[in-house]
Amino acid sequence: MKIGVLAVQGDFAEHLDTLETIGVEGVDVRRPEQVAGLSGLILPGGESTTMRRLIDRWGLRDPILELAAHGAPIFGTCAGMIVLSREIAGGEAPILPLLDVTVARNAFGRQLESFEADLQVPVLGDQSVHGVFIRAPIVERTGPDVDVLARLDDGRVVAVRQRNILATAFHPELAGETRFHRLVAAMASEHEDPGEGSGRRPYPTRRSRLGR
Amino acid sequence: MTTETSTWTTKKGLAQMLKGGVIMDVVTPDQARIAEEAGAVAVMALERVPADIRAAGGVARMSDPTMIEGIMNAVTIPVMAKARIGHFVEAQVLEALGVDYIDESEVLTPADEANHIDKHAFKVPFVCGARDLGEALRRISEGAAMIRTKGEAGTGNIVEAVRHIRAVHAGIRRLVSLREDELFVAAKELAAPLELVRGIARDGKLPVVNFVAGGIATPADAALAMQLGAEGVFVGSGIFKSEDPARTANAIVQATTHFDDPKVIAEVSKALGAPMRGIALEAIPEAERLAVRGW
Repeated sequence: MKIGVLAVQGDFAEHLDTLETIGVEGVDVRRPEQVAGLSGLILPGGESTTMRRLIDRWGLRDPILELAAHGAPIFGTCAGMIVLSREIAGGEAPILPLLDVTVARNAFGRQLESFEADLQVPVLGDQSVHGVFIRAPIVERTGPDVDVLARLDDGRVVAVRQRNILATAFHPELAGETRFHRLVAAMASEHEDPGEGSGRRPYPTRRSRLGR
Repeated sequence: MTTETSTWTTKKGLAQMLKGGVIMDVVTPDQARIAEEAGAVAVMALERVPADIRAAGGVARMSDPTMIEGIMNAVTIPVMAKARIGHFVEAQVLEALGVDYIDESEVLTPADEANHIDKHAFKVPFVCGARDLGEALRRISEGAAMIRTKGEAGTGNIVEAVRHIRAVHAGIRRLVSLREDELFVAAKELAAPLELVRGIARDGKLPVVNFVAGGIATPADAALAMQLGAEGVFVGSGIFKSEDPARTANAIVQATTHFDDPKVIAEVSKALGAPMRGIALEAIPEAERLAVRGW
């Protein structure tokens, strides 16, 4: 299993480090031909305006949309969430419209309003997630097929999932938080081997015994 | 839920978001929009680019707040602004304006010949220049959440930038090679805190993001800086002193992303028009060199 990290700009090295921590092979992706054969893709934090420019210039849009259409997990953090949104408040054109949400960029204000907070993310268990929000976006609207994974105390939505697309307004990769990446890895192994369940297989499976 | 703003993690975290990107000097809202459109990750708002500061002489100070606000209103990417070395009131003003990062910069005329700003005292993060590892670690100990090697600003000449990024990395490699009991003397020689020196010896890298600045004028210059270990680049005079700023800006953005792919660098370097003219380092008298400011 190989998980790609879009490396055109941003904190892709931190995502690759997190993947290494959980023992999953991560590869950086800058060109379209590097998307083929990936089991999943992470879109890191960074500047979404810059990522838009580089995704367009190097023709990364179609291969990524195709990867998502095949069911491989795509996970975006912060700018990555903006890149994945179907609508961006203020009328900017969407980039990879895979998530039926509307996001507002820099929703908390400028850098002086960047903050850290502990969040409940029920899908990851009882232990809270330490969220690092840097000039972070917020989800203003969620479509009917979108599950809300986490909210701030005031109810604003900061983590969502729609089938194989996952996004957070904060940065698990800056907080030593590995559970989102584990979830992506589990989704990737389900995608690769759907007949075999969750991917946590303590014993050799029938298919591997057949020498597949 | 307890929330905490302006933590060390959020301060250095913003710099982590800028990695692999280009931060461009701009003097008007129009230039800021051109930079954003070309793919800049942030802009540095200032009244004159370093090449013009150099030509004008006199005392270079913080820019007019009206002009900085004009640029903050023109773009959605982070906006940085420069304060003079040691001028903590200029930094207070910039923080009050709400800029995203302050550059305590040798490009402006220093206000204090002994002390830099106590950057821990601020909520806004700072980037500082450095010529070698010791200088970088002194700035980090004062609270800098990002480092940029200095180069020689406003020259369009990459030679000093190369010297400084090589010096920082050579310093890091040396510390990694030392025994634990040799780090005390190493810290003394670097004139840097022992704890930071130990951290470098353990991690093999600076605890904050490190960009290259000062003299980048072409896509190949940017890629050279990246291949030498920069995590991103500042381009000052190199963009808006070139013949076609929008194209040059975009080409430098592409070359910074694809820094290890010579075919891409060749492609984006084609027919860019004239870069800024540039100045040979020997042509600049010692007294007019900017990199030696800061201690």
